[in-house]
Amino acid sequence: MRYAETGFNLEVDLSQGSVKRVPTDPKLTELHLGGQGTAARILWDRVPPETDPLSPDNLLIFSTGLLHGTPVPGANRTSVSTFSPLTGLYVNSLMGGWFGPELKFAGYDKIIISGEAPGLVYLYINNDRVEIRDASHLQGKGCQETATLLQKELKEPKLQVAAIGLAGENRVFQATIEHANSSASRHGVGAVMGAKRLKAIAVRGTKDVYVARAAELWKTCRGKYQEIYDNKNCGDPMAHDHNESFHVDNFAWGNARTRRKDYWNKEREEQWVGLWKEVRSRDSGCYNCPKDCHYTISYPGRHTYFLKCFNKLTYSMAAFEEIDFNYNILGLTSAYGMDGFSTPQVLAFAVELYEAGILTNEDLPDFPADGAARFFYLLDKVVRREGIGDVLADGVYRAARRIGKGAEEYDHNTTKKVEQVPLKLGVVNYPFFLMYCTGEKMNITQIEGSFPQAPIADPEKRRKFVENWSAAPERFKKWLLEWEPRKHMPIEASVNVCDWNEAMHYVDDAIGTCAWLSSFRGQFGGSPPYHLFNLPEIIALAAGIELDSDGLLEVSRRNRNLVRALNIRRGLRRDVEKPPEDHWKIRDPEMEQKHLDAYYEFKGWTNDGVPTRETLDRLKLEFVSEEFIRRGILTAGGGEETAAERA
Amino acid sequence: MSDQSKKKIVREIKVDLDKCIGCRACEVACSGFHASPKYSSFNPSRSRIRVVQDLVNDVYVPLRAGEYTAAECTGRQTFKIHGKQYSECNFCPASCPSRELFKEPDSGLPLKCDMCADEKMPMCVEVCRPGALTYEEREEERADEEPALGEVETGLKSLVHKYGAQKVMDTIARLSQND
Ligand code: SF4
Ligand code: SF4
Ligand code: SF4
Ligand code: SF4
Repeated sequence: MRYAETGFNLEVDLSQGSVKRVPTDPKLTELHLGGQGTAARILWDRVPPETDPLSPDNLLIFSTGLLHGTPVPGANRTSVSTFSPLTGLYVNSLMGGWFGPELKFAGYDKIIISGEAPGLVYLYINNDRVEIRDASHLQGKGCQETATLLQKELKEPKLQVAAIGLAGENRVFQATIEHANSSASRHGVGAVMGAKRLKAIAVRGTKDVYVARAAELWKTCRGKYQEIYDNKNCGDPMAHDHNESFHVDNFAWGNARTRRKDYWNKEREEQWVGLWKEVRSRDSGCYNCPKDCHYTISYPGRHTYFLKCFNKLTYSMAAFEEIDFNYNILGLTSAYGMDGFSTPQVLAFAVELYEAGILTNEDLPDFPADGAARFFYLLDKVVRREGIGDVLADGVYRAARRIGKGAEEYDHNTTKKVEQVPLKLGVVNYPFFLMYCTGEKMNITQIEGSFPQAPIADPEKRRKFVENWSAAPERFKKWLLEWEPRKHMPIEASVNVCDWNEAMHYVDDAIGTCAWLSSFRGQFGGSPPYHLFNLPEIIALAAGIELDSDGLLEVSRRNRNLVRALNIRRGLRRDVEKPPEDHWKIRDPEMEQKHLDAYYEFKGWTNDGVPTRETLDRLKLEFVSEEFIRRGILTAGGGEETAAERA
Repeated sequence: MSDQSKKKIVREIKVDLDKCIGCRACEVACSGFHASPKYSSFNPSRSRIRVVQDLVNDVYVPLRAGEYTAAECTGRQTFKIHGKQYSECNFCPASCPSRELFKEPDSGLPLKCDMCADEKMPMCVEVCRPGALTYEEREEERADEEPALGEVETGLKSLVHKYGAQKVMDTIARLSQND
């Protein structure tokens, strides 16, 4: 019997109109655990590097995590893995809610979608019954409306739906896949779904998920509900905090340009809270998690939508508008299915180009004068890929190059073609430098998280933090204790911090636990419910896979190197591993490159960022090293200069 | 009969709809508790508590399975509470032919909440940390009553309704010969 997983994937070929239930190899689960780990393996085997992300040959994979469907609280993150039209590279975008567990209960660990349907379709999965159905009646419908319509049409109130909106249908690179209170938002996964003409996936499952060691697992999980509920350092604090000063005073407004240090005050807080009380209708959680990180907004004239995380501020800040505008425009972007991180930046970028005279009235006929109206105008163009909107819908990096006339100067906040969080800081922070440069997710919030972002100034508080820091391996405690304000940590420490931070995300993304309960939250308070030292046992109890912390780290490294390999095979090298251009005012290029050298060395990569044969073989990724040699990416004798040798 | 015997412990689960976040941990726990061996498998559709959920219309009703009913009731009820519309059957705990709720997904047999018989605290309440479900025990005076139907009896009763007594008896006879 297979524990925790179902042992089956659902293969859907939209060109052929065929569906197949395919057994999986349990050895792959042991090697990669599941989630994006096994998805990366499928992409490696089946999508050649020349494949255009929007072509039928690209695969779109929805993966449950290994622990979905088990009683482990907060294991509900579905990962969407594919190649991104925005970056040309691998993307793994995550969504919470109820979708992944429902898919497991339907009897599948993954849905692997290939091809391209002749017309708009949706996929209906009800246990063993799987149908590709006509979706022409859903064309242009909002994401949330699509879900409601399908629940009614199929008479399944418990149906879980993941859908694209107009943005995905039109292959906009900011397009998301929306599910209930969550969305897979990164790097245009919605555009890939749109290119396959797949409007939605609707899942209903009523089968059992088995666990290996029932009584012990339940005993562990039983205590977790209370622990998670009580732990103030996990979950999304933004969902309940009304003091927005941290973000509005410190993050950059407009096209990631302007700090407004004294923006926040009591009066504003009162106004904002007043409006929030009017439009907020309900708090909600995700499957089997006692936190309530999400809430619905019912804004007059808009379909009810869920507010997520930093979305609550991004549009207002990009447009220099008050909070009312944010609630209003989110009503549209949630229905269209658009990413709340990148979309506002694309729109702000266009506004800036207009003000600089690079975009003119010819590009933007009847362009309004005020900030809010301009955003609505631009949004409409982008979502329809109309006129200049067609250019902007490719994201800031590509749009800047298509527009030319100096527009490239205004693209100052992207890394690997991805719009970054609008942060402009003082002195370079080396762990962050490394995370920005090398993170395969290109979104800092999905790379950082276990080690505090800054030193803790008060020595007493620092000591306390370290004392209670059960999630950290010993060496990090020493580094944090010795980290003084305005000082840099040793290179070795920065390299290790970057490695540990990302490693925990790779764990989450394989087993399906929510980053708010583990990889993203250790940095605050140091007590995430899930960490390197308790997860191995949980995995063993649930899935019957015996692991210790080192074993778990090894799986995480294997997955990380496999993802790296996918990108290396598509051309990624050291030359693009840079942070956003003016993320820090005070830089030290020589020291930065030393850090990068040291990180590559630590990882066992060549000086150009390619995993060496030894590294790959040690991680049982021989099939990667063989192909690298065949393709001339590595030489058979391993003659590449490694970062170690150069240093 | 003494006065004592007319007293009965009433075990009650209170529901605060406003506190429910729709996490369905209650369903997870209940389905695990009733798996055999206990907690060896999980499947919310086997749970005897179900959260009737309509996210965008703000409907969250955790509902425990009550009696099996052979026919749907006449004249369903809809409720409007504080301006919010609940659809028919939203508050009804019956295992009823009108809906999928509270039926074993494989056999279609009715499910009924048994208050987690041997647990002190019902499992659904224990995992509901947001506090939508709370548990209370109190003593109540009671007139004599028939003993409650056991699970097997409830199941059989529904089968008799569906297939007729003779067919059920024949089947049981055949099954016991096979043993
Ligand atoms: S911590 Fe928040 S986002 Fe994560 S699973 Fe729980 S409710 Fe969802
Ligand atoms: S566990 Fe509580 S909060 Fe969660 S769905 Fe059930 S009743 Fe609602
Ligand atoms: S479920 Fe609906 S139809 Fe059936 S008994 Fe209850 S209220 Fe009547
Ligand atoms: S009391 Fe026990 S049997 Fe009844 S719904 Fe709750 S968990 Fe299920």
